[in-house]
Amino acid sequence: MIRLPVSLLLGAALSTGFLAAALLSFVWTPHDVENLVIANRLQPAGGEFPLGTDQFGRDLLSMLMVGARTSIAVALVAVGIGITLGVPLGLAAAATRGSLLDEIIMRGNDLIFAFPSLVIAILITAVFGPSALNAILAIGIFNIPVFARVARGGALSLWTLDYVLSARTAGKGKVRISAEHILPNIANLLIVQATIQFSLGILAEAALSYVGLGAQPPTPSWGRMLAEAQTMIYTHPMLAVLPGLAIVLMVLGLNLMGDGLRDVLDPRLRRQGT
Amino acid sequence: MLRYLLNRLISLCLSLVAASLVIFLVIEVIPGDPAAFMLGLNATEANVAALREELGLGGTLPERYWAWVSGMLTGDFGTSYTYRVPVADLILDRLWVSLPLAGYALALSTAIAFPVGLIAASRRGTATDYGIMGGTQLGIAVPNFWFAMLLVLVFAVNLQWFSAGGFPGWADPMAAIKALTLPAIALALPQASILARVMRSALLDTLGQDYIRTARAKGLSRRQAVIRHALRNALIPVLTIIGLQFSFLLAGAIIIENVFFLPGLGRLIFQGITQRDLVVVESVTMLLVFAVILVTFLVDIAYAAADPRLRRK
Repeated sequence: MIRLPVSLLLGAALSTGFLAAALLSFVWTPHDVENLVIANRLQPAGGEFPLGTDQFGRDLLSMLMVGARTSIAVALVAVGIGITLGVPLGLAAAATRGSLLDEIIMRGNDLIFAFPSLVIAILITAVFGPSALNAILAIGIFNIPVFARVARGGALSLWTLDYVLSARTAGKGKVRISAEHILPNIANLLIVQATIQFSLGILAEAALSYVGLGAQPPTPSWGRMLAEAQTMIYTHPMLAVLPGLAIVLMVLGLNLMGDGLRDVLDPRLRRQGT
Repeated sequence: MLRYLLNRLISLCLSLVAASLVIFLVIEVIPGDPAAFMLGLNATEANVAALREELGLGGTLPERYWAWVSGMLTGDFGTSYTYRVPVADLILDRLWVSLPLAGYALALSTAIAFPVGLIAASRRGTATDYGIMGGTQLGIAVPNFWFAMLLVLVFAVNLQWFSAGGFPGWADPMAAIKALTLPAIALALPQASILARVMRSALLDTLGQDYIRTARAKGLSRRQAVIRHALRNALIPVLTIIGLQFSFLLAGAIIIENVFFLPGLGRLIFQGITQRDLVVVESVTMLLVFAVILVTFLVDIAYAAADPRLRRK
């Protein structure tokens, strides 16, 4: 039996916990997060409200659960955008190494890299107005060159290997080789990168929602909870502490999982001690 | 080197042109009529026409693009629709907050990350190393704006060492630096965590090289070998990350400004968005992207200066 790294187990446990809470929030939360009961505002933790309530009388635990849903959904779709657009681009660039196509794809990548996802979000929001969809788009667009680079880098070294050469001699085209031989062999790299981008996506979503460029009321989001807690920080610091803690634990879990996965999937890296 | 420099310079210009085209397209072409967009649904036909005139929207798209770009080249960023003052003046005012903040944070993060990475690498596998790696793992996971709120809670609300926000201006430099200290620490922490990890792994990479063994064999102490040979070679990946971090710091500065109510570029741009002041949004985003591209260029140059092998590419 393979011994799994502690970081992988711990990370997977944390991530699964949040995922479970997010999924559970679809069918059940302790209280309704869209029903503002002002009479219940700023209740202390315990009893009917395990973590207390905010200034609008919403149950904090329920908010955190639904917030996890928003965070995970945004980050997940953004990673999906990055993979579905970035990986084929990276594979195409590697397959046509040194060609005009390669050059165009890589220059395009550099161009997107010059736009931090915050700037993309600002541009989209200025024209279309704020929404969670903008956050997804902004983070997703930023993910495209990341995956394109990883895919290209991984694919380039594979193209020189004998089994790829033999596939070419057998008459397979570049597209088929990329799909049948290259892609499965860079899958490990992509999975590790996906966990990293997932955790970066959670952080980015929180930041965008915090400045009002992400999820809009009444959709609960960890970033917006922090923005709303800011004015209450003097009297009710827990309102600001808990959503932040949720972000930290979620991101920490994903990062640990990514590190652990890398160790399991690519033992060569472990020996180098990175 | 000159040839390399020229090459990079051309690609810098091409990147800037491409980036400006993207921004122009998003801000001026996608909304259809920017004037109608800025005034909203209740605008009268006459008002829209007047604003269109004022914004110089009469010409064709290439004409308008050229007017925008050539204006920026001569320092004319247009006139803000809401503030009624030149955008260049607005930006210049705010830059004096955002740029020092990003620079301050960069200096802090480098000052923390170098020794920490060095210690972790030289004590590889010990409890110190594990402690540092665990700490940086946590540092990476902390959103900087939340860390900023915690800093406010501890140092401004409870201990009252710092004010919770606001900016006194540069008339009193000490007060200004003090006002930027908490924001800079908040920005620096996650970046320092990443940088320390990069520093550590880069050093470990170089420490395994043959030339380190040679250096040790010819009688250099471990410390001398690290400082004279390993550190210099490890700087190359570290430099790249510092360059990359600049764009994160700039973006981070924009967000952190919100926590501390600092009158920087962030405030300007978010107000621009809510007031639909496209002139401000267009110019500030271009400026941000320009900064990122410029830093990438500088890193490339510094790179080539540090490692002659890269010039040949």
